Amino acid sequence: MKSPPPTAGTFVSLAIVVIALAGLGYLMPGLSRTVIESFIYATLVVGLGVFVGNTGIVSFGHASFAMIGAYGAAWFTCCEGMRQVFLPGLPDIIAAINLPLPVAALVGMGIAAVVAMFAGAVLLRLNGVAASIGLLSFLFMVKTIYENWDGWTSGQSSLVGLPMEVGIAQAAAGLIFVLCLALIYQGSASGLLVRAAREDEVASRSAGVRVWRERLICFTLSAAITALGGVMFAHYLGSISVVQFWLDLTFLTLAMLVVGGRNTITGAVVGALVITSLRDGLRTLENGVPTPFGIAEIPEGVQEIALALLLLVVLVARPRGITGGREFNFFR
Amino acid sequence: MNLVQLLVDSLALGSQYSLVALGIGLIFGVMRMINFAQGDLITFGAYMLVVPTVSDVAPPMIAALPTPLLIAATIAVVALAALLTERLAFRSVRRKGADGPTLLITSFAIGYFIQSVILFLNTGRPKSVSILPELSQQIVFAGVRVALVDLVTIIASLGLLLTVGLFLNRTRGGIALRAAAEDFLMARLIGVKADRVIAVAFLVSGALAGAVTLMFVAKTGVLDFRMGVPLAIAGFVATVIGGMGSLTGAVLGGFALGLASTLLQSLLPPDLRPARDAFLYGLVILVLLVRPQGLFVFGPGRERV
Repeated sequence: MKSPPPTAGTFVSLAIVVIALAGLGYLMPGLSRTVIESFIYATLVVGLGVFVGNTGIVSFGHASFAMIGAYGAAWFTCCEGMRQVFLPGLPDIIAAINLPLPVAALVGMGIAAVVAMFAGAVLLRLNGVAASIGLLSFLFMVKTIYENWDGWTSGQSSLVGLPMEVGIAQAAAGLIFVLCLALIYQGSASGLLVRAAREDEVASRSAGVRVWRERLICFTLSAAITALGGVMFAHYLGSISVVQFWLDLTFLTLAMLVVGGRNTITGAVVGALVITSLRDGLRTLENGVPTPFGIAEIPEGVQEIALALLLLVVLVARPRGITGGREFNFFR
Repeated sequence: MNLVQLLVDSLALGSQYSLVALGIGLIFGVMRMINFAQGDLITFGAYMLVVPTVSDVAPPMIAALPTPLLIAATIAVVALAALLTERLAFRSVRRKGADGPTLLITSFAIGYFIQSVILFLNTGRPKSVSILPELSQQIVFAGVRVALVDLVTIIASLGLLLTVGLFLNRTRGGIALRAAAEDFLMARLIGVKADRVIAVAFLVSGALAGAVTLMFVAKTGVLDFRMGVPLAIAGFVATVIGGMGSLTGAVLGGFALGLASTLLQSLLPPDLRPARDAFLYGLVILVLLVRPQGLFVFGPGRERV
């Protein structure tokens, strides 16, 4: 299970693909929704992949960070003038500040990173499966808190009126930004050490790797990246609710990561692109497509079953994902 | 709240949790895998009680059978479904020498698959079903009125735990299972058949899931395509705080979680009660922090290499 060394080449190659897809989205307006959504999912999955790929710990808690980031940014962008009507608990200072989206996104990422640092300090003392379950407990905890924190989150109802500023260009910029972060981390000393601990924790410990510390760095970064995905999601849809960041998103992002290949950044991006396209295709079919032979239509709900089956087939036939554990690079 | 009432409530909840935890623990023992699908098997059993339909009112299917048959059929159907997940999915992944994370994600995918199929056939709207109506009455026990279904749940669970305990300690198959859980490779070398012992683990664990289905539905009477998820989560948490790999620990962990949950429900101030789960899982993380090897594991907490 050896990951190739990360290179600037991978970054440039992936960035070119992203820009090409963005261009395609501009040329064919029918595809623009799929392109934007796949970029946003790719951002979320890169965030998840930075942690899962480098540490080898499956995380069921990352959807929380997307939520924390999304709400964190929304506190500064939502519904100008009406903010304290929707969120009566928000202090006057926050309610008075309106930030442009990129700055609000950084605030959301920062909040998620701080939460991740504290949560990770506790959770990453656990190993392997126990850590996965700990992260799942974390997901439940954060969800319950946000659902009952009415004054700041409008509880179980959704918060509407966010500026819908995320289009193709913004989504592409966000994705390229996180690709850069993720690949820099992968090539950094901490990235190498945390992967050493993934391969053999005992051996790396005995060679002096402070596993907990390196994992915490990795976790914090991955939470910040995931948070940006959440912020983009919120400002693409224009509304957020707690259930958007729940088990469905957890499953979907994990499926994307595994189908693409969970040890590489390329895998995260490819998985997100492939599964978003597939889902959009099936969704179109569920709504019915006119053909010369009548309307082609599949029953609603096939999409979820197909996704679960695809994931199972990939797990059985190609456990290292479509990309087979190699980073994509034009210049090799 | 009365002490007896509190005890009955926490034991009833704890015994459901501990049955789920035991089911998860058995499979963890032989495969080193947390089975996410355990909760969805419970859901599957519950939906087999009624005829699958997209309309809001579902006619009874297994639920129409007389009580002994109803119990037997539910347990058998869920046990078979568990066996099927092993035969169709886990076995192929396992044969490829998959690592821990791959197995974990496989079980997650199977759970999601079961949910999606149930959603597809029954829609996401909750449905109601009534089974074992004779249990829905209150009786006076030790001077307090308690729900009969809670008492029956406790007694049936203790009976099941005892049965599984006897099976594991007194029968050839059970001893093979424990040997495999101790050291899978070594057990194979002395003649334990890998496929069979894993199949047995899935069968027993499925039967336990079927029993939980009956207890849960008899108490709530509501079907939802995600009803098993919170139970499975409670089961994972119980196995982890009880100590991974220890079956006794899993069972005790289940009871501990039931007790903590009931205590929080009655001790928290009313305006914080909706957020009870946040406190519960916070407590769990605290336990993990203090005793990462589990509450009920004594000796070295780290695996030997």
